[in-house]
Amino acid sequence: MAQVVTSHRGPVTGTATHKRKKRPFLLDLYSTAVGKKYVMGITGVAMMGFVLFHMIGNLKMYAGAAGLDHYAHFLQTLLYPLAPKGWVLWILRGGLISMLFLHLHAAWSLTRLNRHARPMKYQSKRDYQIANFASRTMRWTGIIVLAFLVWHLLDLTFGVVNSETGKMITHPGDEESVKAVYASIVYSFQRTPVAFFYVVANILLGIHLFHGAWSIFQSFGLNNPRFNSWTRAFATGFASIVVIGNVSFPIAVMAGIVG
Amino acid sequence: MTLTDELFAKNTVTLDSKIPEGPVADKWDNYKQNMKLVNPNNKRKFKVIVVGTGLAGASAAATLAELGYQVDAFTFHDSARRAHSIAAQGGINGAKNYKGDGDSVHRLFYDTVKGGDFRSREANVHRLAQVSIDIIDQMVAQGVPFAREYGGLLDNRSFGGAQVSRTFYARGQTGQQLLLGAYQQFSRQVGLGGISLYNRTELIDIVVIDGRASGIVVRDLVTGEISSHAAHAVVLATGGYGNAFFLSTNAMACNVTAAWRAHRKGALFANPCYTQIHPTCIPQSDDSQSKLTLMSESLRNDGRVWVPVNPNETRLARDIPEEERDYYLERLYPSFGNLAPRDVSSRAAKRLVDNGQGVGAKKNGVYLDFSEAIERLGHDVVQERYGNLFEMYERIAGENPYETPMRIYPASHYTMGGLWVDYELQTNIPGLYAAGEANFSDHGANRLGASALMQGLSDGYFVLPYTIGNGLAPLLNKPMPGIDHPEFKAAEEAARVRYNAYLAINGTKSPDYFHRELGKIIWDYCGMERTEEGLKKALELLPALYQEFKTDLRVTGDGDSLNQTLEKAGRVDDFFQLGMLMCRDALDRNESCGGHFRSEYQTDEGEALRDDVNYCHVAAWQWGGDPMTPNLNVEPLEFETVHLATRSYK
Amino acid sequence: MSNHLKNITLRIWRQAGPAAKGNFETHVVDEITDEASFLEMLDLLNDKLITEGKEAVVFDHDCREGICGTCSLMIDGQAHGPQRGTASCQLHMRQFKSNDTITIEPWRASAFPIIKDLMVDRSAFDRIIESGGYITAETGGAPDANLIPISKIVADAAMDSAACIGCGACVAACPNGAANLFTGAKIAHLSRLPQGQAERYSRVEAMVETMDEKFGSCTNHGECEAACPKEISIDVIALMNKDYRKAKFANRKDLARK
Repeated sequence: MAQVVTSHRGPVTGTATHKRKKRPFLLDLYSTAVGKKYVMGITGVAMMGFVLFHMIGNLKMYAGAAGLDHYAHFLQTLLYPLAPKGWVLWILRGGLISMLFLHLHAAWSLTRLNRHARPMKYQSKRDYQIANFASRTMRWTGIIVLAFLVWHLLDLTFGVVNSETGKMITHPGDEESVKAVYASIVYSFQRTPVAFFYVVANILLGIHLFHGAWSIFQSFGLNNPRFNSWTRAFATGFASIVVIGNVSFPIAVMAGIVG
Repeated sequence: MTLTDELFAKNTVTLDSKIPEGPVADKWDNYKQNMKLVNPNNKRKFKVIVVGTGLAGASAAATLAELGYQVDAFTFHDSARRAHSIAAQGGINGAKNYKGDGDSVHRLFYDTVKGGDFRSREANVHRLAQVSIDIIDQMVAQGVPFAREYGGLLDNRSFGGAQVSRTFYARGQTGQQLLLGAYQQFSRQVGLGGISLYNRTELIDIVVIDGRASGIVVRDLVTGEISSHAAHAVVLATGGYGNAFFLSTNAMACNVTAAWRAHRKGALFANPCYTQIHPTCIPQSDDSQSKLTLMSESLRNDGRVWVPVNPNETRLARDIPEEERDYYLERLYPSFGNLAPRDVSSRAAKRLVDNGQGVGAKKNGVYLDFSEAIERLGHDVVQERYGNLFEMYERIAGENPYETPMRIYPASHYTMGGLWVDYELQTNIPGLYAAGEANFSDHGANRLGASALMQGLSDGYFVLPYTIGNGLAPLLNKPMPGIDHPEFKAAEEAARVRYNAYLAINGTKSPDYFHRELGKIIWDYCGMERTEEGLKKALELLPALYQEFKTDLRVTGDGDSLNQTLEKAGRVDDFFQLGMLMCRDALDRNESCGGHFRSEYQTDEGEALRDDVNYCHVAAWQWGGDPMTPNLNVEPLEFETVHLATRSYK
Repeated sequence: MSNHLKNITLRIWRQAGPAAKGNFETHVVDEITDEASFLEMLDLLNDKLITEGKEAVVFDHDCREGICGTCSLMIDGQAHGPQRGTASCQLHMRQFKSNDTITIEPWRASAFPIIKDLMVDRSAFDRIIESGGYITAETGGAPDANLIPISKIVADAAMDSAACIGCGACVAACPNGAANLFTGAKIAHLSRLPQGQAERYSRVEAMVETMDEKFGSCTNHGECEAACPKEISIDVIALMNKDYRKAKFANRKDLARK
């Protein structure tokens, strides 16, 4: 599609006299790109929190099989007996799923908007000055991480591609059996292609976070020249911690440190 | 009997300046008390066309629309924000006396009349000084970020030709900020439906029916379509004609076409020879140069102007010792020094460069040196004041002004002449108004720095909205000719013929070529210094070159789509005709005054020598059917408040 | 002092009209002084084209002082070319070398339709201003200019954003064709000043919503800041985002009271 003149020639007048349709407040906010960026940011923060605590929780792996499995059991029985077993976890999961959905919907609609904003690309090579690999590949890193997430769930949550997932184990000294999470992870990462995919996906997640975590400040207008230099450091630090923590698991398994 | 009386007796047009009764300080109030008003509900029955969206046009259109008139605004730019008012750097005068240094309306009035070398109309100038105060208030209310002092009050600086600090500024971008202020107010009215905006649309003719301006004919620059627009009043706020020189500080598209087409339809063109040469521009560096860039005159506040004493100097500026430098402005004009008025400092520079003391590779400039200011104020203060100008200089000239002095030279910058208007800014054609640089009204033979912005906004905000109402009130509910009137059809047809003719010549040279050659003639013979002999020569060269233009012009492309070459051809054509009138006017004015310097008329010290007995008048030219045979009309100037005196800046 | 560049190859986008299919056309400029500006080189080329009976390359330009914002060229993949903080018209040939190949394209964005060759229609910017980029102060009623003191820091910050020349380089450089820097700059200018407070929230809502109808979205690349001839910081975008959020809440509260 070429860049096409849509406006006819002639006088321009009364351009600001039309009224916008009234919508409920949240939908109204979400109707503009600036509003959608808020949604990207809020959902991003929620998922950043998840990724960080997921990584920290998994560090229990280094405390041995019992430690990790007990941690997993603890998550399963959050707030028990106030709530039935598994409920709180599913509520949290539900929250995450809706965050993910909103994040995806906002990303999808913004991408569409942006495609529409430049239907004809530059015909010569662009010479980008500031835009970096991370900022320009958000869509791709996002999609690959999403694909990884699906695999990751099939692997370690639903056990579709992992025969060890879902098996129960009774650790020494325990009264009841718990899910053998540790064993299923070890089994999974002993498959080299799986470990490799895991490492690559996490590096891409890091790249996604490197831009995303910085971007949040800008999108939320949390901007103060005094602190602007810190936001980049925060994003870099956050992305690095998550990536180093996560990538250490398959490497530890492959290296036999965990097993 | 003086020459003025003699010429006045021969006037072919009645020039009624409509100056109100009373002492000069009361005239504007008297006018406002006596003017006719249009009832708010009736204003919407009137349509006003505003051509041009610079300071004068945008502010007039916005204010008229706010009052309730239907306004059609035309600009040949893509947006109303592009007009060349935007390039004014230094500031805008306002007689606020915020500095407590003795400024007043009267002093601004006096300075402007004196600065204009006693060739302006007292009543107009006094009104300008009066409303200068309202302009500052209005622009601040609109959010123009004028420079402030630490206490939060407005800062002022001094400017050439004044001994008080009355210039308000927004860094080196005052014109931009003021224009954006007016543009925003204008845009608000476009948004609300008060103004209908026609962009990329150029005026190519004015239609006069039964002696009254009834509308305009325009060409849509995108589609080439020629169409008519009728209105009760037409305002031309189309800027000056400085581009007649080709090399000037004007923007590339600045042109005289609107004013010239009005002139050809009967509007008188006043004082075309009053052109201002700005002393601080970057000198021409090569022959392919398309325009000259102005460096704000405010630089002269802290920069010192000098040339080497020795014409054969080869050393770098910093290696030339103090005693071998000639700080000629400080030497010649001790009380004003580097702040001497524009015409005075320009001519001083020219004389030294002509004497071989010029600097730079082409020896066509003088130094503007900041080393002393940097020493006195520190690098940071200088950067704060002039940083963006220094950067601009470095981008263009490739030299760092913090280290090497700037090279500057005068260039054509502003034109005081323009369409003759009366006190109401109405031309001699009823219903046709001219505002801003397009009219001749307020600056006389020379304009003071920081006064152009003031005049544009004064005309647009505070004068036209009143005077147009006064003119329209009697027309209420009277029939008005529509665009189906034969005069409109005839004007459209003539315009079509004109533009098709450019395409049909099919010669060998581009419009730019002719513009460049035309500019050279006008600069050489009707520039900073004029002689009878030179002007006569120009009046021989111009018609010959014009003839060549008409037979050897090449315009490629067609007339049905965007064609910048064709646009240019039309503008150059009008510049040719105007150029002849400029030279004719300069030749007829046997005196030196302000921007018009005739070498035959100078004092022993080389200063301008006025002839108040014979030339204390406005020369208003009437189109005579051919650019070489205009008819002269004069309006005698009377000075009741400021007494005629020799302008001295020593 | 001046040097001459030789043999400059220009690849220029030619497009007969809005709906026409365009393509690159190659021209060679044999010699040019490095004192010449980039646009003067195009003038030279056009003069040659006209004398050869060919149509001149159409490009927008006017003041040639970097302030009117009319010039709009994508030079070698960068809006306004390789020099930072410089509009196309202020770019000089000393930035280039002999035998260089220079590619020139128009701005590309659906909000900036091509009129012809390198000229685009940027009226969409005017629509944004018309929707709210002003302080309502009708002529005549203004109080004394010194009535409201404005701290120098605030005035300077407002001036930094007000320096925008409306050239569209931000949109051109943005990988998404977003106009957030342009819109944010005007909002930051007016909203930082005391005079702009009355309309602060209605302004940001109206302008953002108008912008949204025509342009892409900001994904915080920062290309706009790099391309801006006035080097306006993307901090203004953050300010706009913040004000937009506040506007949504502020207005909701106000409406609830009615």
